[in-house]
Amino acid sequence: MAMISADNRGLRLATRYAVLVLIALIFVFPLVFMVMSSLKPSQQLLEDSANLRAFLPVGDISFDNYTDAFRRAPVATFVFNSVLVTGVTVLLSLLICSAAGFAFVFVDWKGRNLLLAVLLATLILPFETIAIPMLLMVAHLPWIGMEGLTWGWLNSYRVQIIPFIADGLTVFLFVQYFKDLPGELIEAARVEGASWGQIYRRIVMPLSGPILATAAILKFLVMYNQYLWPLMVTQEEGYRPVMVGLQYFFQLNVAWGEVMAYLSLITVPVLAFYLYLQKAFIASIASTGVKG
Amino acid sequence: MTFMKMAASAAVLAWASAAQAQETLSMWYHGAGNEVELKLINEVISDFNASQSDWKVELQSFPQAAYNDSVVAGALAGNLPDILDVDGPNMPNWAWAGYMQPLPIDESKIASFLPGTKGIWDGKLYSIGLWDAAVALVTRQSTLDELGLRKPTVEQPWTRDEFMAALDAAKAAGKWEYPLDLGMAWTGEWYPYAFSPFLQSFGGDIVDRSTYKTAEGALNGDAALAFGEWWQGLFQNGYAQATQDPADRDGGFAAGKYAFSWNGNWAALGALAAFEDTVFLPPPDFGAGPKIGGASWQFGVSATSKHPEGAAAFIEFALQDKYLAAFSNGIGLIPATPTASEMVDNYKSGGPLAVFGEYSSKMALVRPVTPGYVVQAKVFEKALADIANGADVAATLDAAADEINADIEKNGGYGH
Repeated sequence: MAMISADNRGLRLATRYAVLVLIALIFVFPLVFMVMSSLKPSQQLLEDSANLRAFLPVGDISFDNYTDAFRRAPVATFVFNSVLVTGVTVLLSLLICSAAGFAFVFVDWKGRNLLLAVLLATLILPFETIAIPMLLMVAHLPWIGMEGLTWGWLNSYRVQIIPFIADGLTVFLFVQYFKDLPGELIEAARVEGASWGQIYRRIVMPLSGPILATAAILKFLVMYNQYLWPLMVTQEEGYRPVMVGLQYFFQLNVAWGEVMAYLSLITVPVLAFYLYLQKAFIASIASTGVKG
Repeated sequence: MTFMKMAASAAVLAWASAAQAQETLSMWYHGAGNEVELKLINEVISDFNASQSDWKVELQSFPQAAYNDSVVAGALAGNLPDILDVDGPNMPNWAWAGYMQPLPIDESKIASFLPGTKGIWDGKLYSIGLWDAAVALVTRQSTLDELGLRKPTVEQPWTRDEFMAALDAAKAAGKWEYPLDLGMAWTGEWYPYAFSPFLQSFGGDIVDRSTYKTAEGALNGDAALAFGEWWQGLFQNGYAQATQDPADRDGGFAAGKYAFSWNGNWAALGALAAFEDTVFLPPPDFGAGPKIGGASWQFGVSATSKHPEGAAAFIEFALQDKYLAAFSNGIGLIPATPTASEMVDNYKSGGPLAVFGEYSSKMALVRPVTPGYVVQAKVFEKALADIANGADVAATLDAAADEINADIEKNGGYGH
């Protein structure tokens, strides 16, 4: 009986792993296809796309598509711009949205429920509905910089960063997470005379690793994939991000190998960032039920 | 030595003051990502900047797929450049919307330009192109011989019956996957550019050009219905595929999958490389004369430019035959003038692509010259795709005409 039971367990385990491997393959296949295709000439890429060769490094393999991609577009500039804009926005967003969430949950002030409701209501507004009003606004905003007072934010990094620092979803994530933190900790700190700033810095934030990772990854993905807004506000090539740069490759006859090479290159920062925060992200999903 | 130093200083100062005197003109162009095209336009700019001391053009290039959206956003933000380029059929919309101003150049200088290169709306010239594009029915002489078909000419193009007989013969031969490649893998502007000439050759149109205030009768009249039935028949009777793999569009003709391919001059050299006996036939005449689409990218001056005379000076400078020829050699399009064509091996008399110039000058019909075209093009595209996929012809064309009429009405007739 014991042997049969062990066999059953083994069989169940094998089945489970087989299913998991299959699911993993389904998710990994597009990435493998992208990388493998980036190494093939366009004609071969299209021919292979109908069979399993698409996922294998076979045929006329080279890095020519990467060389050609760099020749066609300033890839390094686009990646740098995206990483800069995304990185700064994510950092500022974590700071501002967590502070807002903290104020909504722990600080008792008049009108906070109403304001939170208004903030959450902004989640139902698609960005496209506010894009043009935002464009009209940022085109005429003042700025004080190295050149003194100037008007209009177009063709700058700030125009890609500042409008996206605070958003309803990120604040909501922090609010939900903070609500589950033990209230006794905060009360005890208040009794001991800690200021709100101290509680935020020394108690709440150190306990917020998972939600910081979740918020960071979600924000990162949104910002890294920005297309419409940078297209509207960056007429100068030097400020364009990776997704606008992708359009450089869609000429009349699309060089698919170069497209795949470019996509492989711009996927690297996303994968690196995700892998870096992976553990905390999964812990956060497990603890809050938030689906990324 | 002192004299030499003084002379050198004076020269530097003179150069610096000349450079300072040059007023900067900003320019937007749709060629980002196209190395050859960018090199050519930069050469024109560089030559212009060096040729005079009043103006200095500075270029910002945009990827073509994002260009129109960028211009619209720039216009909304009040941030348009002095010089911009515009796809011919979009020009009336940009002029009507206040993005562009009439182009103040001497029109005698463009008298010999192909008709499709002149962006005229409301009686005024707004834009001018250095090239045009043309479409032809691509096949092989050996295919014509094998199927026993007459080679059509500009003077005597195939009639509808002859064209359908050619497709029938190709189908019966069983040698090709489909007799005809229409390029259904290409969406967007390809539909009105490549397929509305068929409708116009039937006697219909996307909109009534006599008033530009309605599509009624033009898009859903008897001629349009006949066109729609014919169009649907191409797919239902197995002459062409309604949905096409992009790879087949790019390489299907060269791979021998199609007997005939409806394609542009930009793909002609590839076809010739695949088969030495490739021939570029004129479009069939479906009753109202053989037609192809006209108008490609053109240069114009933005409405907000403070220096329209400078912008026009640059555009006039760019219209020299040597640049028209250089663009044609670089990107394969048809030079705007006969004299420039003679400077290009492909397009000079007897050249392998010379017929495209002839088709462009004799058969090209620009797409409807109205600000509403940008909407009408999308409505037309959807209607043709639906019909190709089996939708009821009369109902689909009626609905398309209604949609176009509603848009015209909503926009107060677009100034017509």
